[in-house]
Amino acid sequence: MKKLLSAFVGILVLCLLLAIGDYTMNRQTSGGGSHTLTVYNWGDYIDPALIKKFEHQSGYHVDYETFDSNESMLTKIRQGGTNYDVVVPSEYTVQRMKKEHLLAPLDHRKLPNLKYIDPQFLHRDFDPSNHYSVPYFWGTLGIVYNDQKIAGDQVAHWEQLWNPQLRNNIMLIDSARDVFAVALITQGKSVNTTSYQQLKQAQDHLKQLTPNVKAIVADEMKMYMEQGEAAVGITYSGDAREMMSVNHHLHYIVPTEGSNIWFDNLVIPRTAKNKQGAYQFINFMLKPENAAQNARYVGYATPNWKAKQELPKKVTDDQAFSPPHQTMRHLQTYHDLSLKTLGVYNDLFLEFKMFVK
Amino acid sequence: MRQKAVFIVPYALWIVLFVIAPLVLILYQSFFNIDGQFTVNNYLTYLTSSVYLKMTVASVWYAFLITAVTLVISYPTAYVLIHLRNKQFWLLLVILPTWINLLLKTYAFIGLFSRNGSINQFLQFVELGSHQLLFTDASFMFVAAYIEIPFMVLPIFNALAEINPSLINASKDLGATQWQTFRSVIWPLSLPGVKAGIQAVFIPSLSLFMITRLIGGNRVITLGTAIEEHFLTTQNWGMGSTIGVILIIAMFIVMFITGDTRQKGGRQ
Repeated sequence: MKKLLSAFVGILVLCLLLAIGDYTMNRQTSGGGSHTLTVYNWGDYIDPALIKKFEHQSGYHVDYETFDSNESMLTKIRQGGTNYDVVVPSEYTVQRMKKEHLLAPLDHRKLPNLKYIDPQFLHRDFDPSNHYSVPYFWGTLGIVYNDQKIAGDQVAHWEQLWNPQLRNNIMLIDSARDVFAVALITQGKSVNTTSYQQLKQAQDHLKQLTPNVKAIVADEMKMYMEQGEAAVGITYSGDAREMMSVNHHLHYIVPTEGSNIWFDNLVIPRTAKNKQGAYQFINFMLKPENAAQNARYVGYATPNWKAKQELPKKVTDDQAFSPPHQTMRHLQTYHDLSLKTLGVYNDLFLEFKMFVK
Repeated sequence: MRQKAVFIVPYALWIVLFVIAPLVLILYQSFFNIDGQFTVNNYLTYLTSSVYLKMTVASVWYAFLITAVTLVISYPTAYVLIHLRNKQFWLLLVILPTWINLLLKTYAFIGLFSRNGSINQFLQFVELGSHQLLFTDASFMFVAAYIEIPFMVLPIFNALAEINPSLINASKDLGATQWQTFRSVIWPLSLPGVKAGIQAVFIPSLSLFMITRLIGGNRVITLGTAIEEHFLTTQNWGMGSTIGVILIIAMFIVMFITGDTRQKGGRQ
């Protein structure tokens, strides 16, 4: 009994010490008060050197927190009690947050560097006058293929994925909207359709794809494609770039008939504590030299035309990552669909996943 | 007496806060549709949708297979372990993998099973050619069984260790063969451990979802996949909770079938 008690007390003391240590360390890093700027972003989605530079220039202390999905970020902000000053949601989430009045309108006079954003990335339908958001990075959905297993002209268009020679050789991203986008575009429909009949047709078409589908995976696709596990992968341009930097036999294609284009955007939530700092930070990130440095680090395409000029030619001339104007015209953004419609997409997707080869 | 009442406080608090309250919340949540209105439609959807029913059948079937494979491997393992000199040490080796994060273990298997993984390299070395190992039912079962084995070995080991050796000696003295001793003495007496092991393996196997994606490539779909999707993507918590309730009911059914251990085990 005595032994048990002393062990118990020992553990308690240890917990207490750890708690004190944690508290003091946190106090040291977060300056507290209005001199802190809290940025809520995707993991590894900014060059850490830029945060240092911003802290140095502005005198603010930056608290950098990360999330791994729009939905989890949204839940956290919706519940309140958070004081994020700058957040980086994707376009359909901007639309949702706008609808739920979670965003503070932006005063464009405080963002002079907005002029460096390429006009084709402004005034998109998710935020028509960029009243609430500023594009941060953009990218596409496309086809990654391994030139050791298949020739590029065999997978230049979505419908070629249905070709029997790709049997058991395609990896799909585990996301209902992206997979349905592939089928809907092949059938010449909008990726934002709410018609059950069109979705059902798309699902029937997808079911015919099953013999070719090797796996439906998420982030692991990068590793699998790098290792040459499959010939073709359907994924996002950012992930594609990462894969290609490891395995030089991989190439990325955005089919000319169209695809999805997505944007991650800088926004200021209504609950922000340090709006002044938030404007400074956004303006800082829009500055061409910083945007270019960030693009080099993150590897996604920047919407900043001036920054793009500062990037190496090899990067900016790459047709895959800056598709020609013709293709760009056919790219569609996702709209924020109602939860019900989203449910329909996902139920049909689940059924597709269960469809046996 | 008063002192004993105090000791029960942490346990009671734990049970109420972390077992009963979540169960009640799941049950409550399952009666709401996506617009927050009270409804029983979630259950109707579940019971009338061929998708969910097929998924349930598939989940139960896979869970059954995983449990069967685990049992077939674990019982002899526990039986051998109990007769070893340093049995605690060997048992530790069986338990050791549970100290490693589940995801890490799964990723290790990806390295083993992939196209250029160790196993295929070995197969090529012995001139058997390379094979598709990942994303097959077999690899999914293998990894699931690997992860569950310690949870099956442990209760069986304990049950076997509890058997009074004089009972076994008596059985032999009375002229029973090795096989008869096993069948009529050891097996019935170790049955409680087997049942506890089945409970510990079957229920989690029903809702494995990380391994179905990482190793099964989402070609194996269990109820866990559907719950994950409803909570994370479609935000239809009602439907997710409904499937959760179904899993809880399945758990009670398994507990009921494998329960009542002592009496039955003793009589046989």
